[in-house]
Amino acid sequence: MMKTARPRPSAEPGRKAAALVSTASAFLKSCVSTPLNAALTIAVLWLLAATVPPLVEWAVIDAVWWGQSSRACAGTDAACWVFVGLRFDQILYGPYPAPERWRIDVALGAAVAGIVALLIPGMPGKKYIGLAMLGPYPVLAAVLLVGGVFGLPSVPTAQWGGLALNLVVAAWAIVTAIPAGLLLALGRRSKLPVVANACAAFIEFWRGLPLIGILFLAVVMFPLFVPPGVEVDKLLRALIAFSVFNAANFAEVFRGGLQAIPRGQYEAAQSLGLGYGRMMTLVILPQVVRTVLPGILNTCVAILKETTIVLVIGLFEFLAVLQAGMADPEWLIGDQVRETGYLFAALVFWALCFGMSRYSAWLERSWSAGQRRA
Amino acid sequence: MLLLIAGAVAFAVVNTLANIERLNIRTGFEFLTRPAGFDIAQRLIPYTERSSYLSVFVVALLNTIVLTVVAGTLATILGFVIGLGRLSSNRLVAAVAAAYVEVVRNVPLLLQLFYWYFAVLRPLPPPRQSLGLFDVVFLNNRGLYVPTPVFGPGVTAVLLALLMGLVGAVVVGVVAHRHRVRTGRRWPAGWLMCGLVLAPPVAVAFVNGFSLSWDVPVLTGFNFRGGVAIIPEFVAMTVALSLYGASYIAEIVRAGVQAVPLGQKEAALALGMRNRLVVTKIVVPQALRVILPPLGGQYIQLLKNSSLAAAIAYPDLMLIFAGTVLNQTGQPLEVMIITMATYLLLGLAIAAAVNLYNRRIARVER
Repeated sequence: MMKTARPRPSAEPGRKAAALVSTASAFLKSCVSTPLNAALTIAVLWLLAATVPPLVEWAVIDAVWWGQSSRACAGTDAACWVFVGLRFDQILYGPYPAPERWRIDVALGAAVAGIVALLIPGMPGKKYIGLAMLGPYPVLAAVLLVGGVFGLPSVPTAQWGGLALNLVVAAWAIVTAIPAGLLLALGRRSKLPVVANACAAFIEFWRGLPLIGILFLAVVMFPLFVPPGVEVDKLLRALIAFSVFNAANFAEVFRGGLQAIPRGQYEAAQSLGLGYGRMMTLVILPQVVRTVLPGILNTCVAILKETTIVLVIGLFEFLAVLQAGMADPEWLIGDQVRETGYLFAALVFWALCFGMSRYSAWLERSWSAGQRRA
Repeated sequence: MLLLIAGAVAFAVVNTLANIERLNIRTGFEFLTRPAGFDIAQRLIPYTERSSYLSVFVVALLNTIVLTVVAGTLATILGFVIGLGRLSSNRLVAAVAAAYVEVVRNVPLLLQLFYWYFAVLRPLPPPRQSLGLFDVVFLNNRGLYVPTPVFGPGVTAVLLALLMGLVGAVVVGVVAHRHRVRTGRRWPAGWLMCGLVLAPPVAVAFVNGFSLSWDVPVLTGFNFRGGVAIIPEFVAMTVALSLYGASYIAEIVRAGVQAVPLGQKEAALALGMRNRLVVTKIVVPQALRVILPPLGGQYIQLLKNSSLAAAIAYPDLMLIFAGTVLNQTGQPLEVMIITMATYLLLGLAIAAAVNLYNRRIARVER
C-alpha cells in the first residue's frame, strides 16, 4: 500500500538484472497462462507481424529521405520525407512573410523556455516566471507577431499560418479561457440565483454546441452584432469562439475541483475572519488548483487538437497548409506524398499531446503520493 | 457586473436590428416552405430538388442522427473490447490495447478523418476493379455497396409470429423474476424464453412458406446496380468517429471496472459463487454505475464531433443547413437559431436517455 515517490536505494547491478529477468518471465508467463490467453497471444502476434514490419519498411527503410525535388520520390511506394523537408518552412510558418519569420521563432522560443522552466521541479522563482508568462508575455508576443509598431512591418493575420497558427490559437484559448472558466465556475456557485443561473445557462449553452457551429456562428453572425462599418478580423473571430467554448469547458473542470473542497475549509477560513477574496485566494483556490490540474492539462490537450478545426473557416493552419501542399501539381506524383504528410502531422500532434498527458499523469501521481505521505 | 452583461446584450441586439434594416435581410421562418433547388448526396427519405427547405432540414438531421447512432454503436463495442483488453491478464494484449488508446487519443480527429477519406477511400480503384468480399459487398472509390433484404410474401406472418414470441418471452421473463424474488427458486426461464422467441417464427415459416431474398449489388456497365450504396463520406466519418470514440470509451470502461473494489470480488468468491457469476452479478452491475455517466458524455461528444462532416462534405446538419441553406437563403439569424437549437436538443435528449437508464441501475439507498 505505502508507495513513496522517492526512487528506491539503488540496487547492485546483479539484483537489477535479476529483477529484469523476473519481470520479463512474468510477462511471458502471463501470455500463455490459460489456453484463451495463449490463443489471444497468437492472434495479437499475428496482427503485429502483419502491420508493424510493413509500416516500418514503408516509413523508414524504403523511404526517400533526401532529394531536391518531388522527382526523388516519383515511382516509389514508400514514405516521401522529401515532401516534408522541402515544405518544412511552409508547414511551420504558413504564408507568413519569410523575412519576418524570426519573429515567430523568438515568440515561440520564449514560450518554450518559459514553459520548460515552469515544468522543472524545484526551479527557483517559478512564481515570477508564471506571472510573466500570463501577463506581459502574451502582450509582447502579440506585438511581435502582429507588428506595425517599433519599426516592425505589420503582418496581417490573413498571412498567418502553419503550425505556428495552431500554437497561437491554442495559447490564446488557454490563456483567456482558464480565467474566464474560473470566474464562470465561481459564478455558478454564487448565492445570488440570478448570477448562478446566468452562469449555468452560459456554460451549458456553449458546451452543448459543436465547436464548428460556434466558429460558423462567429464568422456569419459576428458582423451582425457589431455596429455597421466595424470590420472584425477573421482570426480574431475564431479566437473569440475558442475562448467562449473553452471557457465553458474549463468552468466544468473547475466546478469539479470546487465541489471536492469540504465545506469545513470555507467555514474555517471564515471563522479566521477572512473575506471572500482572501478566503478564495489563500485557502480554497490553492486546493482547487491541485485537484483540477490534471483536468486542465487534459483540456489543453483537447484544445491543441481542436485548433486544426479552424481550417474549416479558411484559416491556413497546419493541416490546411499540408493539404495545399499535397494539391500542388508538383507533388501530384502518387499517394505516398499524402500519406507521408498525414503521418508527419500525426507524429507532431502525437508528440505534443502525449507529452502533455504524460506530464499530467506524472503530476497526479507525484501529488497523490505527497498527500499519502502527509 | 450584471449591468455590464445586460448592456452588452442590448448593444448586440440594437446593432443586429440596425444591421438587418441596413442590409435589407429578410426575416421570418417562411423560407422553410420554399423549394430548395439543390440535391443532397445521402437521403434517407424521399427528397428531390423541388422539396422545401423544411425537408432539407429533415434529411440533414436524419443524416446526422444515423451517423451518430451507427458510429456510437461501433465505438461502444470496440471501446468495451479495448477497455477490457487493457485489463486482460495477458500482458501483451494489455500493452497493445494501451498503445491503441495512447495513439488514437492523441491525434486530432480531423487529421484521422482526412486520413480515412483522402488517403484510404479516395485512392480506391473505380467500380470495375472494386474490392469485393464474397462477391456480395463491394468497396470502391464511389462508396460501399452492400446487399439489402427483399421481403417476399409470407414475411409479414413470420414477423408477426416473431413479435408475438418476443412479447411472450418478456412476459415469461418478468413472471420468472417475480417468482424468484418471492420464493427464491429459479425457473429455467432462459430456455423457455429462447424457445418462445425462436419457435413461432420457424413454425409459421415452415407451415406458411417464406421467401426472403437479397438484392445483391451487381456490376453493370460502369457502376453497381442493386443493393444499397453507402457514400464514401459516410464510411470515412463512421470509421474515424468510431475509432476515435472507442479510445475514449475504452478508458471509461477500464476506470469503471477498476473502480469495483477487489473486496467485492473476493467476498463473492468466498460465498462460493462461480467466476462467471461473479463477473455478471457482482462486477458488471457495479462497474456499469461508474461507466454510464461518462459514457453518456461521450455520446454527446460524438454528436458534436459528427459536425466535422463539414470538412469532407458529408451532408450532415451543420454542412447542409448551417452552410448551404444559410448561403442560399441569406437568413443567417433564423438558420443559425434552428441549427444550434437542434444540436442542443439532441444533446439534451441523449443526456435524458442516459439519465433514465442511470436511475434504473443506480444504487438503491435505504
